[in-house]
Amino acid sequence: METRNQIAEHHHQPGQAHEEHGHVHTHPSQGHLVPRRPSPEELKHIQGWGADLDRKNRPGVPMERTPPRFTDAKEGPVTQQPERVEVLVSPERPGITPIFGTAQPPSGVSGAIRRVAFKSTENDLRHWLLLLLADRVNVVEGVVEDLARGHVPNIFAEMGIKSEWKHNPAGLVKKAAIAGAVVGAAWYLLNRRDPYR
Amino acid sequence: MLAMNYRGPYRVRAAQKPEPVIEHPGDAIVRVIRSCICGSDLHLYHGMVPDTRVGHTFGHEFIGVVHEVGPAVEKLKVGDRVLVPFNLFCGSCYFCQHELYGNCHNTNPQATAVGGIYGYSHTAGGYDGGQAELVRVPMADVGPMVIPDDIHDDDAVLLTDALPTGYQAAEMGDIAQGDTVVVFGAGPVGIFAAKSAWLMGAGRVIVVDEVEYRLEFVQRYAQCEVVNFREVDDMALHIKKMTDWMGADVCIDAVGGDAAGSIAQTLTGRLMKSQAGAATVLHWCINSVRKGGNVSIVGVYGPTFNAVPIGNALNKGLTLRMNQASVKRHLPRLIEHIREGRLNPKEIITHKVPLEDVADAYHIFSSKLDNCIKTVLIPPNADQVRAVSASALH
Ligand SMILES: [Zn+2]
Ligand SMILES: [Zn+2]
Repeated sequence: METRNQIAEHHHQPGQAHEEHGHVHTHPSQGHLVPRRPSPEELKHIQGWGADLDRKNRPGVPMERTPPRFTDAKEGPVTQQPERVEVLVSPERPGITPIFGTAQPPSGVSGAIRRVAFKSTENDLRHWLLLLLADRVNVVEGVVEDLARGHVPNIFAEMGIKSEWKHNPAGLVKKAAIAGAVVGAAWYLLNRRDPYR
Repeated sequence: MLAMNYRGPYRVRAAQKPEPVIEHPGDAIVRVIRSCICGSDLHLYHGMVPDTRVGHTFGHEFIGVVHEVGPAVEKLKVGDRVLVPFNLFCGSCYFCQHELYGNCHNTNPQATAVGGIYGYSHTAGGYDGGQAELVRVPMADVGPMVIPDDIHDDDAVLLTDALPTGYQAAEMGDIAQGDTVVVFGAGPVGIFAAKSAWLMGAGRVIVVDEVEYRLEFVQRYAQCEVVNFREVDDMALHIKKMTDWMGADVCIDAVGGDAAGSIAQTLTGRLMKSQAGAATVLHWCINSVRKGGNVSIVGVYGPTFNAVPIGNALNKGLTLRMNQASVKRHLPRLIEHIREGRLNPKEIITHKVPLEDVADAYHIFSSKLDNCIKTVLIPPNADQVRAVSASALH
């Protein structure tokens, strides 16, 4: 397991690693390339150094370990969660998973786009592009829904402008100035008299 | 109950929403006492993860007190103080049986490429997350771990993702004694990856970021060398100069799709979204590591394609490893490290914010204001909930 160490030791001819320093600039040859390897003594001031140097102490080695050590799962298949809301399912699996989230079922126009998206596989780029499109539509639906409930969303508060003002007032002023200039320029362009019309 | 509520890119608010209910006999409902905002929440916040629906509650890093259990729950009881790994997993599918808890096949119907993750869009299963007063925790006997009495709330919440992910990043780098390890990204995961690299016997640890306060923090906290990539012409060349022209033995991508530092990548990945986020750091990793070296990726990328220099990886004979952290397998060892004083995770927490101010908390973290490293959100009544857990213990 310590193969890279062995290679390093093999290349470490006496004195070589130190002599090469400076050669890079003075000699036309590139010298001998050897990785630098500080000794454990040089590193012992570092808190906890080497505690998991031995791979046996590393919980993820080997990458796949069976049987698993840290779960108390019961034998046999997982009980199926009842479906109470619409859940879109990847075409790359049979049926629905035993456990699933029910957070925001698809709804409205964005929901219709999402349903179309789930007709294509995860392997199909259209799947993801349609979902991103649905997300943008969903943002508009969110504003409409807020207004329908009589709630005017405070977009500045939602963007955390208060904290920008507190911690970066100069930046906020700059952003506001740029935004103002853009709006002003657009206003000017839209309203100027076109002499050729 | 009060919960974080996503309204669209860069827009979130704290709002009332219905309390979660037991939907499966193995579920528990947990009252949250701490939840974090994670760097990967920013990918959601920036609107980069497909199927992030308006109204979603983020938050995959949380601890709390068990409030209610379903009829099939045997081991967990009301009043237990628990930490909940960010991945939802069943414990019994093929992947869980191989201890790949981050790759469970039984908890996410909407995609096979990723397991279930709390509060991480419908692409990750459509579960509401823990930036709320209450959260539904499925497979309650399998996922959560009762927090030992001597482990502080603030350490425990960092064990749900940031610390195990940083640790697994170092582990996937297969670090050997004396190795030079370069960690890209000085966020919480990068900071913990740097700390973990030392535990595994690294000889040099170099951390790369663009934000000066983060570099100052990681240099002090993880005793490492630092590089500000804004002060460097070419990242790969710079790493080669630093390593006597060898390249690093191990490079770790602790950034993912929100990476800065390349105009082309920012344009195509972050703005046009024509690739699954900017793969800047992946380019730097592949091009900065030595031949035969290891690249470990824990930075989150989206599910679509990325422009990655795979030819260089091939010709250099690299080993690329990557995964979502299988949090639960790391917990016992990481708790030992905390007890032995080798790791002090809670020291990275810079902000404790009431859940009500979640919009400002996201903005501060996203815009890297106020020297923010890690933000913990505290729901109203967290103290009373904590008292329930204390009385259950004594
Ligand atoms: Zn996280
Ligand atoms: Zn499983």
